[in-house]
Amino acid sequence: MSKLVIQNGRVIDPSTNFDQLADVAIEDGVIREIAANIDDSGAETFDASGLFVAPGFVDIHVHLREPGFEHSETIESGSRAAAAGGFTSICCMPNTQPVNDSATVTSYIVDRARRHAVVNVYPIGAITKNSDGIELASFASMKQAGIVAISDDGKPVMNARVVRHAMEFARALDMPLIEHCEDLHLSAGGNMHEGLVSTRLGLRGIPRSSEDVMVARDILLAEVTGVRYHVAHISSHIAVEMVAFAKARGLNVTAEATPHHFVLADSDMLPYDSNYKMKPPLREQPDVAAVTQGLISGVIDAIATDHAPHPGDEKMQEFERCPFGIIGLETALGLALEQLYHPGHVGISHIVKLFTSNPARILSLDRGTLRPGAPADVTIFSADRPWTYDVAKSPSKSRNSPFHGRNFKGGPVATIVAGRFVWRLEDV
Amino acid sequence: MSRCLLDIESISRQDIEAILARSKTFQPAPGEPFKRTTILQGRSIVNLFFEASTRTRTSFEIAARRMGAEVLSITSSGSSVSKGESLVDTLNTLGAMRPDAIVMRHAASGAPHFLSRYLPVPIVNAGDGTHEHPTQALLDALTIMDRRGTLENLRVAIIGDIAHSRVARSNIFLLSKFGAQIVLCGPATLLPRQMGQIAPGIELTTDMEAAIRGADVIMMLRVQLERQNEAAFPAAEYFSFYGLRLEHIEAAKPNVIVMHPGPINRGREIASEVADSQRSAILNQVENGIAVRMAVLEKVLAA
Repeated sequence: MSKLVIQNGRVIDPSTNFDQLADVAIEDGVIREIAANIDDSGAETFDASGLFVAPGFVDIHVHLREPGFEHSETIESGSRAAAAGGFTSICCMPNTQPVNDSATVTSYIVDRARRHAVVNVYPIGAITKNSDGIELASFASMKQAGIVAISDDGKPVMNARVVRHAMEFARALDMPLIEHCEDLHLSAGGNMHEGLVSTRLGLRGIPRSSEDVMVARDILLAEVTGVRYHVAHISSHIAVEMVAFAKARGLNVTAEATPHHFVLADSDMLPYDSNYKMKPPLREQPDVAAVTQGLISGVIDAIATDHAPHPGDEKMQEFERCPFGIIGLETALGLALEQLYHPGHVGISHIVKLFTSNPARILSLDRGTLRPGAPADVTIFSADRPWTYDVAKSPSKSRNSPFHGRNFKGGPVATIVAGRFVWRLEDV
Repeated sequence: MSRCLLDIESISRQDIEAILARSKTFQPAPGEPFKRTTILQGRSIVNLFFEASTRTRTSFEIAARRMGAEVLSITSSGSSVSKGESLVDTLNTLGAMRPDAIVMRHAASGAPHFLSRYLPVPIVNAGDGTHEHPTQALLDALTIMDRRGTLENLRVAIIGDIAHSRVARSNIFLLSKFGAQIVLCGPATLLPRQMGQIAPGIELTTDMEAAIRGADVIMMLRVQLERQNEAAFPAAEYFSFYGLRLEHIEAAKPNVIVMHPGPINRGREIASEVADSQRSAILNQVENGIAVRMAVLEKVLAA
């Protein structure tokens, strides 16, 4: 019997509305008890004085690149980057090679994760075969193999009839459908947000409307089908308003935002630096403000990173040839504290909710809680420790981050999965 | 000013005035041959053209030779560029040969900016995608100065495919630093609203006659079909609405200057009678290109 007691931390568990200085006892990989002064005889201890102790963070949107793109990331390296970011559970998008559109690929990922990942990995299956947007993938058998949601992320499902059928199917299986909202005709050839900055730089733009029209379409279809519909990486202020509208109508609609979309605007981009190139693109200041406000008000349910590794040689090209996406697991908490907590917009428990109980609820994961009996996934973090992000030290195989060299106030200190430390800050 | 010339937007009015003043000293007197100097003797310049260009490449070559520099021109066909070598590798290879400067044209906006972050060799942008073409704006400014003596308080109409024009962007940034009133004109799909905000003093119109009324300078842009992913306007109608004809000239100021970065499409964006008229400064632009590029190369290599 292994026993661990995390002592004297401020324990915050939004799933049970718990917020007190307390000890957390873990036994055999399971949360045993949360109380003051737990007997630590025979137990390993961790002094969490001055730190926050939260349920393990859940990231419902990452790209692990395995199978097929192991030079960018593997399930193992991505899971280590997750652990370094305080995440204990991650959900990986299906745009691998081959695409995760069958139970065979799902089983491969589940098996690789079981053997090599240091955090829990939940695969997300494709909506359509090869994510081509034409023929529905085998949801039911993928669900049996372990997927927790469906998405063609990286691409939208352009055909409204196909997505409607997928929604009907997903509803019957009680699985959420996650859409990458981008009208490909409107965004064609675009490399950054269409606006003053793209005009100055002579880069083709991706208009905000390319996101908005898809969010609008999908909300209408979500009402028709009753599906649990989730908007990935929301970035447009109009899309945020539409999600609020859908929620006001009582629809099963949720949304996530990435740290880069609530921290950076197109005007923050270093000219032609592909570490600022992603989809959806960095938008304008009013969009950043609306996404931030959405996270504060609850219109946006969760923070997800859209961790998208690309190796250096792919990002070292002409801006328009570089692939879209940035890594984000290690900087997510620091950025959330910077943008939401330190300015006083929300308390710590709200931050924890955005990283734990809310994302777990969206995908119906049995995670994101410290309830006794739950798997002992715990994130211990500081809200004030100064540190500087050095992407060269990232456990990820890729280095594409615009946040290299950024100074943070607060971040992860230790990450525990099933009662075992999978990452610890060396100098604590 | 750094040792590169990447764009007009980021350089100061003083830098521009200095380049133009120096360019004037390189202009030949009427009827005289072009001046030769030995200022850049022993220096080597690589012209790296990833995109087809005759006049700009030739102009840079002549400018370099007239100053005594060795110049090597590489175009994308017939080089490793077309063998799939990446931009960084090509430039690293060239960088290892230690040229004193690289003059570069590329179809991707920002390609020279990207490279300048990694290469110690000074880079002169000879046109990057739909972004900027700084030496074109400098030679246009010199041409206007020749005819008007000043760049101040002019009304300049820029007409054509504004959205995809690097010539337009560089000219807008330059002229606006001198307080010009700039009117951008073209079909609505090629005239993004945001162009009105990229610098002070810009108006937008889709009405060619309104654009030309009272203009001191008319800059026509080439219709760059190759820069459009899809036809954003009905090509058959273009000349009737946005082609420059003699009757337009009458609405402008009597001594209006008509400019075009070339190569011109006669009958598409400009009528032959206009291109060949007294008002046309098109050949002066070409000539001034050499003087301006001499001044730019000298400045870049001076360090």
